[in-house]
Amino acid sequence: MASSESNHPYHLVNPSKWPFVGSLAGFIMATGGIYYMHDGSIFAFLAGTALMLYVMYGWWSDVISEAEGGVDHTSVVKHGLRVGMVLFITSEVMFFFAFFWAFFDATVPLITRTAHEIWPPEGVVPFAAFGIPFLNTLILLTSGATVTVAHHKILHGDRAGCGRWLAYTVILGLIFTGLQAYEYIHATFGFTDGIYSSTFYLATGFHGFHVIVGTLFLLVCYFRTKKGHFTADTHIGFEAAAWYWHFVDVVWLFLFVCIYWWGGSGYVPPS
Amino acid sequence: MANTAEAHHDDHDHHMPGFFTRWFCSTNHKDIGTLYILVSFIAAIIGGAMSWYIRLELAEPGIQYIDDFQFYNVLVTAHGFLMVFFVVMPAMIGGFGNWFVPLMIGAPDMAFPRMNNISLWLLVAGFILLLLSAVIGDGPGTGWTVYPPLSNQEYQPGPSVDLGILSLHLAGASSILGAINFIVTIFNMRAPGMTIHRMPLFVWAILITAFLLLLALPVLAGALTMLLTDRNFGTAFFVSGQGGDPVLWQHLFWFFGHPEVYIIIIPAFGIVSQIVSTFSNKPVFGYLGMAYAMSAIGVVGFIVWAHHMFTIGFDVSTRAYFTAATMVIAVPTGVKIFSWLATMWGGSIKFEVPMLYALGFIFLFVVGGVTGITLANASADLVFHDTYFVVAHFHYVMAIAAILAMFAGYFYWIGKMSGRKYPRGLAKLQFWVFFIGVNVLFFPQHFSGFAGMPRRIPDYPAPYEGWNYVSSLGALITMIGTILFFIIVWRTFYGEEAEANEWGEGATTLEWAVASPAPWHTHEVLPDMTGKAPAE
Ligand code: HEM
Ligand SMILES: [Cu+2]
Repeated sequence: MASSESNHPYHLVNPSKWPFVGSLAGFIMATGGIYYMHDGSIFAFLAGTALMLYVMYGWWSDVISEAEGGVDHTSVVKHGLRVGMVLFITSEVMFFFAFFWAFFDATVPLITRTAHEIWPPEGVVPFAAFGIPFLNTLILLTSGATVTVAHHKILHGDRAGCGRWLAYTVILGLIFTGLQAYEYIHATFGFTDGIYSSTFYLATGFHGFHVIVGTLFLLVCYFRTKKGHFTADTHIGFEAAAWYWHFVDVVWLFLFVCIYWWGGSGYVPPS
Repeated sequence: MANTAEAHHDDHDHHMPGFFTRWFCSTNHKDIGTLYILVSFIAAIIGGAMSWYIRLELAEPGIQYIDDFQFYNVLVTAHGFLMVFFVVMPAMIGGFGNWFVPLMIGAPDMAFPRMNNISLWLLVAGFILLLLSAVIGDGPGTGWTVYPPLSNQEYQPGPSVDLGILSLHLAGASSILGAINFIVTIFNMRAPGMTIHRMPLFVWAILITAFLLLLALPVLAGALTMLLTDRNFGTAFFVSGQGGDPVLWQHLFWFFGHPEVYIIIIPAFGIVSQIVSTFSNKPVFGYLGMAYAMSAIGVVGFIVWAHHMFTIGFDVSTRAYFTAATMVIAVPTGVKIFSWLATMWGGSIKFEVPMLYALGFIFLFVVGGVTGITLANASADLVFHDTYFVVAHFHYVMAIAAILAMFAGYFYWIGKMSGRKYPRGLAKLQFWVFFIGVNVLFFPQHFSGFAGMPRRIPDYPAPYEGWNYVSSLGALITMIGTILFFIIVWRTFYGEEAEANEWGEGATTLEWAVASPAPWHTHEVLPDMTGKAPAE
């Protein structure tokens, strides 16, 4: 409560139903997901997901109106929000760390001698790294640049310009996702074809999921610029989205270099 | 339901909201902390009951009660998970951390009060999933380490293991959000003048624990996801027949698992430091050394994980490395033990109940630390691995030492939390019953382990009978101690009123500067700590 009679710069939040309902949604998603995995219908899982999306919408709408209300988000609170976002991204990095570990466990004898001697394993025809994957690298790098331009626009108070460059970024994100989907459809190895497929699909799949989330995050920022949100010195939501996007970008660079390029370089086409 | 949707403008009420809003939609660190402690109590009763049932079976050789061995394994698994994720962590981090970090640093609440509440409720959701996993289907008979191939669909069909996996996913998400909340609170909301090097050691402990949670839990989440897709969607991460590697699971699990044991014990360090200083009426000896010893333990804790895997066939240099790295941890740990002793040295010690528990903690932790050094030797561990020696070791360090620290914290702070004093005589009795109980329970397991008795087994040859019987007697004494504890909890509601500072001049931290019970909102006027001594 950063109202006039407050003695401190912190934001004491009013009671909210969202956390409780959100956990309920998580619980329904979990049980529903298991029901589905064990040959039940997917309905409960989808219902849980829908509830979760509703909670996200409601909760973040509250956050946005608090931000736009102008009193709650003092500079101290904003600093806290930024640190929080950095920490969240750190935890995401560690999540990908696990999948890279799985990949290197299969390809390099690190401290256990269980790696494969030939990689990709026999019979797997990997993607040519310098085809679509490299194109995707260029697309993501470009999108990193466009989101930075958007940031400069808002820093100079040009909200419309910020929105425009956000739109370019979102479009690049969508093209990336489309190309990934195209690639998945045309892959010569299926999801269940052994360890190569496992590491490939889960690492790139989770990355793709993060790209979609990041795209939505940027899209929300785009609509917020249309509604007249964000000013030259207050645009935490935008900053968070941009950081998240850069994180997604960096993960891709690692995926590209390790899994596509280096991981495909051992491929010997049948003569 | 609450008027949250419309009430975006904060006219933050000072009157108490209604029951549902107060307890289910809370944004108050004290109420959320109380709920965490309640969750811990419930889980402790269930997890404790399981362990006593196991000890009942193990009291004599042969099969007495549990003739379904899968069920035995389920008991062991659920006991381990419950105790680690739903008893110790919620009480120390969610309970005491929530209650006392804001109070000690002079902040009016946590940085993200709503997120604080979803941490709590995700934990509850995970708790329910874990209980479901034990009762639906055959239950997860994998042990808390969930090693494949035992945890694969082939050997654990049905939904139980999947429920367990998702339970940990939710509990993990809860902890990651909680960790972010604590770190931001501690970095961003300290009272004016309270520099990092003036924070109470309990706050240091929670800060370091939060970093461990933030970095370790996502790795577990990744591993659990792989296991889930292996089980249900045909991936091959841990399936050796398809090019996968079961040992990969062990690496990922223990890369999380070793930091996890510090997640459990570092908050205990923090509680014990506060208490030893209070009841010795002296500042902690070597405050900075204590803080950085905890930090060092946290950092080194990330590079010792494979000491849990010495039997998988590492080469000699890998074993040598992990042995050496593990032993290095004894140095900062020694710094802590000796600093506690030096704090007491020359102090005017009051043997109040929290102090008894803190001393009990130090004793148990030293015993467990010594057996830890033994097990750190790869060549010795080849023999001890999977025996009761290991069970004794880890119960000393992370189970009963942590539980003693929780009791210490409970008796130290219950006056502040409830405004009532616990019955002192009964509590002293309870300490002795519990302390003797746990030692009789776990000390003999060293001997059984030395003699080669394997862990996770419902039956054993007759020569192991003697010490197992003693151990089960110890479990009985421990059970009496636990029941006494709950009687004390109940009696406390009718106890005398506690003063703002029950413990006198030794208690210097900020929570003692507010009334007892701590009002619903505290530190709305930020205390000025400029120039004050380090608040340890
Ligand atoms: C109330 C006192 C306790 C008793 C009587 C007790 C007893 C036991 C027993 C009998 C086992 C099974 C050993 C085996 O068959 O291999 C076990 C395992 C275990 N306990 Fe406890 N325990 C107690 C408290 C705790 C606490 C407080 C914690 C945690 C912080 C804990 C953590 C574990 C873990 C992680 C395992 C290993 C489970 C596994 O093998 O997967 N225990 N305990
Ligand atoms: Cu360890």
